Amino acid sequence: MSNIGSYEERRKNFDWGVAREVLGWRDGEPLNIGAVCSDRVCASGKADKTALIWEGYGDESRTYTFDDLRVYSNGFARFLVDQGVRPGDRVCIFMDKIPSLYFAFLGILKAGGIAQPLFSAFGDESLEVRLASAGTGTILTTQKHVKKVRKIIDRLPALERTVVVHGDPAKLKEGEIFFDVEQAPRVEQFEAHECDSETPSVLHYTSGTTGQPKGAQHAHGSLWGQALTASWVLDLADDDVYWCTADPGWVTGTSYGIIGPWSLGITQCVLDSGFTSERWYRFIEENRVTVWYSAPTAIRSLMRDGEDVVRKHDLSSLRHLASVGEPLNAEAVIWSEKVYGLPFHDTFWQTETGAMMIANYPGTKIKPGSMGKPFPGIEAGVLDLKTHEPITEPGKVGLLAFRPGWPAMFRGYWKQPDVYRSKFVGAPGGAGPDELRTNPGLWYVSGDRASIDRDGYFWFVGRDDDVINTGGHLVGPFEIESALIEHEAVAEAAAIGKPDKVNMEVVKAIVTLNPGHEPSGDLELSIMNFVRKRLSPLAMPQEIEFSDKLPKTRSGKILRRYLRAIEWGEDVGDLSTLEDD
Amino acid sequence: MDEIKDMVLEYVIDEYIDEDDDIEVKHDTPLISSGIVDSFSMVSLKAFLEKKYDITIPDAEATPQAFDTVDSIAALVVRHKS
Repeated sequence: MSNIGSYEERRKNFDWGVAREVLGWRDGEPLNIGAVCSDRVCASGKADKTALIWEGYGDESRTYTFDDLRVYSNGFARFLVDQGVRPGDRVCIFMDKIPSLYFAFLGILKAGGIAQPLFSAFGDESLEVRLASAGTGTILTTQKHVKKVRKIIDRLPALERTVVVHGDPAKLKEGEIFFDVEQAPRVEQFEAHECDSETPSVLHYTSGTTGQPKGAQHAHGSLWGQALTASWVLDLADDDVYWCTADPGWVTGTSYGIIGPWSLGITQCVLDSGFTSERWYRFIEENRVTVWYSAPTAIRSLMRDGEDVVRKHDLSSLRHLASVGEPLNAEAVIWSEKVYGLPFHDTFWQTETGAMMIANYPGTKIKPGSMGKPFPGIEAGVLDLKTHEPITEPGKVGLLAFRPGWPAMFRGYWKQPDVYRSKFVGAPGGAGPDELRTNPGLWYVSGDRASIDRDGYFWFVGRDDDVINTGGHLVGPFEIESALIEHEAVAEAAAIGKPDKVNMEVVKAIVTLNPGHEPSGDLELSIMNFVRKRLSPLAMPQEIEFSDKLPKTRSGKILRRYLRAIEWGEDVGDLSTLEDD
Repeated sequence: MDEIKDMVLEYVIDEYIDEDDDIEVKHDTPLISSGIVDSFSMVSLKAFLEKKYDITIPDAEATPQAFDTVDSIAALVVRHKS
């Protein structure tokens, strides 16, 4: 029997209070995610239970109990408070998936700080934009990544502390602080900062069509949604060994790679090494992984590598598989059932939603290729593209939207209330974030298009904007175009998504060149590597098309939708606003 | 073959390793599985090989395994050159 039992029964008379039952919550217990995921689990008698099985490159392996998690997160909390970090201060985590990342995340929350995890593959420009936006005062990083911080620190006046948590202390530069929590004195006691549901917790940056990335700010009350969905959708139980393959630089890696499973006292595994099918299967086999939460890009890469490598490993420990990041194609669901004997259950949610919104559930029928059905307590709809009225006709495509008010919903975009307001249909002018997110008469619009079939299953169609979903990560065209035109040869640039079998989309750039530069293979490679180093490998165009000019509106805006339509072989639509044709 | 290996090694060091990185890359050093080169960056490495050696590497052969060491990359190049 799965944790959720009957989906239909759960939807009837649903109340988010059931999350407290799942967690065994007692009235008056203090709410602080850092403490809930460590101190509280220990207090429930699981101090000696394995919390983290970590493996890195070269088969380096370490195991930590929940008591270790408690003590090391205390260590980070004490260190940060002693350094002068105060509640509400933003503390960036910029490192690979090493154990200290996980201890630091919980420690920041215990100290009352706002954790700002950033993907360690970000280049210095991507890092700078996000640190500047958040006014981040402290960055926790490693010897491997601190060099990117050194390049930008002079332009970040708010950044007071650079803390290196792993590496050789002798290699630090002046002003940098070394702190290895596992070598520091154990901190047995730390009183976690007192929080309520609205106390800020995590700041995740996400990309939009226009402008630089925005900080989606979450609160400690997200716990109720993350714990309940981890129980009902991922079906986590006390004896599970759970593997979430996501990096905590992205929201899946914190909501379901830290908060959901550890709040429930679940043992989880982390593999911090590059992807190969062989390595992943060996990791599952050796750690007897039972529940596996991964991404379509990885699943399609595993498919590409075929069944022979699967047969070399004993994967019989697996009992439940789930996927997130982009729509999981029907072929992948069917393939996984054939090869692993288990289907991947697709889930849909976003950085902004904080927790799963639409999912396929254990024990319920999967329609391969479908997103599934709304989580109990979530009212999801598809709105007409023009009128924004809910569509009742099965199969008709519209804007995927949700009634606001679920616990894990983001509380705002960092210092951008107007942008937050723009995400709600029918929002009263001047309404603040608290008013918007608690108004059940509004719709929060996801930015995706979908349809609903006769049986109530949701089907993803595509983005409603120019954001590129590559390998499950959203990349904003504006950020890429800004980097492209910094290359000495590039005059103008447009970034669009192009279809890709493994990553769903990859970045393609169309550029015009400055005088004195000619299209060539070497120039293409130079531009690709330029963007890779400035932003990240995800943002690197995988194809560059040289053009004499770019299509623009009469007001001079580059028509990405036109370029994208051509790339995807779609109708280019109304071209009446083109500058010239 | 050795010439190709040296050329690939030089490119990897120039493009993926910073001057102050404490990483020694040899012909048999894992690149993808060690995280020195991530799977997205493989695309620019593949583009370099195709342009440098005037070859086309099919996507199906551009796997993390094939790109995991300078040795395996050089073998891939040799196979497509011949």
